[in-house]
Amino acid sequence: MKTPRLTDTTLRDGSHPMRHQFTRQQVAAIVQALDRAGVPVIEVSHGDGLAGSSLQYGFSHTSEFDLIETARSNAERARIAALMLPGIGTRRELKEAAARGVQIVRIATQCTEADISEQHFGLAKELGLETVGFLMMAHMRSPEELVEQARLMEAYGADCVYIVDSAGAMLPQDAAARVRSLKAALSVQVGFHAHNNLGLGVANTLAALEAGADQIDGCLRGLGAGAGNAATELLAAVLDRLGMNPGLDVFGLMDAAEYIVAPIMPFQPFPDRDAITIGYAGVYSTFLLHAKQAGAQYNVDPREILVELGRRQAVAGQEDWIIDVALDLSRRRQSSTQRGHLYE
Amino acid sequence: MQADKIKVAILGSGNIGTDLMYKLLRQSGAMELAMVAGIDPTSEGLARARQLGIPTATNGIEAILADPDIRIVFDATSAKAHVRHARLLREHGRVAIDLTPAARGPYVVPPVNLGAHLEAPNVNLITCGGQATIPLVYAVSRVTSVRYAEIVSTVASQSAGPGTRQNIDEFTFTTARGLEEIGGAREAKAIIILNPARPPILMRNTIYVVPEGDFDENAVRDSVAQMIAEVQQYVSGYRLKNLPVIEQRTTPWGKRPVIIMLLEVEGAGDFLPTYAGNLDIMTAAAQRVGELFARHLLSKLEVPV
Repeated sequence: MKTPRLTDTTLRDGSHPMRHQFTRQQVAAIVQALDRAGVPVIEVSHGDGLAGSSLQYGFSHTSEFDLIETARSNAERARIAALMLPGIGTRRELKEAAARGVQIVRIATQCTEADISEQHFGLAKELGLETVGFLMMAHMRSPEELVEQARLMEAYGADCVYIVDSAGAMLPQDAAARVRSLKAALSVQVGFHAHNNLGLGVANTLAALEAGADQIDGCLRGLGAGAGNAATELLAAVLDRLGMNPGLDVFGLMDAAEYIVAPIMPFQPFPDRDAITIGYAGVYSTFLLHAKQAGAQYNVDPREILVELGRRQAVAGQEDWIIDVALDLSRRRQSSTQRGHLYE
Repeated sequence: MQADKIKVAILGSGNIGTDLMYKLLRQSGAMELAMVAGIDPTSEGLARARQLGIPTATNGIEAILADPDIRIVFDATSAKAHVRHARLLREHGRVAIDLTPAARGPYVVPPVNLGAHLEAPNVNLITCGGQATIPLVYAVSRVTSVRYAEIVSTVASQSAGPGTRQNIDEFTFTTARGLEEIGGAREAKAIIILNPARPPILMRNTIYVVPEGDFDENAVRDSVAQMIAEVQQYVSGYRLKNLPVIEQRTTPWGKRPVIIMLLEVEGAGDFLPTYAGNLDIMTAAAQRVGELFARHLLSKLEVPV
């Protein structure tokens, strides 16, 4: 195992449970704390990446470009990253993000669709940005298929390619097999991004490290989509105990989680009934709050919605299918109730 | 001299070009498909054209420019390639019907403005997502003014060719502009998602519309139903999965009712299977527009002796 580079994504993945309501003040406080504690990369943007502010995903309270600018001006050592999903964000927003202070861009596609990202890697390199490729929902495909896609991103100019367990559906051996295959096939770095829906966020991150991962992700207090991510402060403590601390202030991160992030969280992401379902059914972690809301609106069990989305093989960003599934389930139940009346 | 058909060519032998080829062969109307031109001699589209006895070319636009009888050219290449093609076609006096999101010419969406721009040298069909969703945004905006429209198009991975993949930003730019200019939304946003499910999914579109103020729900529903019927005249698999639903959502303009329409587009299966409704709505629109241009050109030829 090698000492990894840690990216904290509280201010990006955490945007989901925060319903994209982060303010400049919150960003400044969190960035200062992470920066002081030695976190080298801090990701800031709408949860669904640049230009994610929408009816589909939820509107941002404050423009992500303003948040990026705030983050950059509050970081002395840490570098600022942003996420973008081609199909949602475009080169326009990428240029704007770079102009406002982003130094690293993480370009994310569904793990079978890497070839929609060529334009964006090209522009990022022209802009002088460090680039990371994100293969989302990587539990859905085999290590061999992921290698093909990762090679495309490498060819487009990725400095690192991540296995992203967007559904928090992987077991440690799944994470390890995927990271190991990419390490064997690529000459660039390999990363791993965990979700905690099956309670395996830290365990999967460790398995990825054992398989050779160079970069890992965390969020303070695990503040991220679904049951959240591997907690940054936990990763710091564990890495330190392993003798692999990449220069993180363990107590500083614990304090930041406890005193800065916990008080502003609307709830503690946790593998509860619906979040476990996400990992179990293998659906996108950000569906959690949307499924709860649609469940309440159309009087359907969110777990049924999530299981059905898994059956339909919904992928990253398909929040709109939640309403569709909720309507279908609600209609199905109504018609079976009506049948019931007939037989009474 | 009186011709009864206008010669047309298809530029681009990928998914869209090939699908259009089958449509033009099935129902040629005032058009005669005189050539399919590509750049990849091994492409499936060119092989199929050859089998059907249609003249083909592998040097792209050059062969089309060399034949002055070809009056209308359907460009099904890519946004980047069309920028060059648009200039060459204009210089050679050909009508370009652009199926890429290059947006060199004015936009046309058949049920909204089919007859417009008949004198334009180049018309643009926006995107598959635009052809699918703009009619429904227009159906709302003709009843009540629209502050904001947002659409999410989800297509099967297998139906998205390299042109779409390499120009995915142009899809979002051009669709959003089409939703504003033709759909009538004051502001718009477009999202595209490629779904690799096995077996492939039907093309799906979700359309969110935020009206400016109070609106008559029944008038909106009637207008939408009428529009669905109009599009079904040329894409029979165009249908709403549910009646439009209205949800209260938090928006930058406060808590507002949002009209949500869940649209499914099943294709005719001319080239790719029926899941690829995204091809179908594009090529069916192109055929409609091409037919009108061809008749227009014919009417100009019919000068009394």
